[in-house]
Amino acid sequence: MWIYQKKLEYPVNITTPNARMAKALMAQYGGPDSELAAGVRYLTQRFSMPDRRVKATCNDIGTEELAHWEMIGTMIFQCIRDATLEEMEAAGLIGYFTMHSKGVYPANPDGVPFTASYIACTGDPIADIVEDMAAEQKARATYEHLIALTDDMAIIDPLRFLREREIVHFQRFGECLEILQSM
Amino acid sequence: MSEMTQSELLRAISEYQFVAVELNLYLDTHPGDEAARADYLFYSEQLRELIRAYEAQFGPLMNFGHSPTDVGDYVTSEWPWE
Repeated sequence: MWIYQKKLEYPVNITTPNARMAKALMAQYGGPDSELAAGVRYLTQRFSMPDRRVKATCNDIGTEELAHWEMIGTMIFQCIRDATLEEMEAAGLIGYFTMHSKGVYPANPDGVPFTASYIACTGDPIADIVEDMAAEQKARATYEHLIALTDDMAIIDPLRFLREREIVHFQRFGECLEILQSM
Repeated sequence: MSEMTQSELLRAISEYQFVAVELNLYLDTHPGDEAARADYLFYSEQLRELIRAYEAQFGPLMNFGHSPTDVGDYVTSEWPWE
């Protein structure tokens, strides 16, 4: 089971409204390489992993991804919380506002809702771990794109933390691949 | 610990927790690494003390029975995205 801790893994404190970055951040909240996709992907793949070290890695990284999803949700919320309707419209969020107002909905920046087709679970341990390694690299690349889109340090700072986590997770999944290949 | 402010304590908790998460993930693929296990135990104990000190002054951080404290309350304290 899971226990909730009433704090973020890394602090987020965005005080300047930024509807444009809210839209971009949705890539990591409800897109194919989002923290949500990562968490669900690893937590569901863990069941059929044949080695306890690999089960542990999928379980624990999957759990950390949920904390990252909470950070991204917090960032989106704080970016749109005080944004005006005009700012939402200028950022291309008029469709989003119509359906979700200031709610934080798992969709990609173009409004496409999150779907389980973003994840795979083949039950083949090598195929699944290689997918996980690719997912970490895709998320790292997305964080670099997001960092390039803004000069607000209150947004960049947590994004840098999240980018670095992708690199560590890629390393751990790479070790899982070695474990599986030596079985 | 008792002279730390709420935000200082929360920051210290996050720092020790970060070390614990990192060591935990490393140990997932290296469960036999004795030095890392010793480090994990050390930082876990430090983290537990920091959380205990925080909760004694500012109220529960966790739900479902993991934060036995009669100070503050889980429901009405600030949520992390506020």
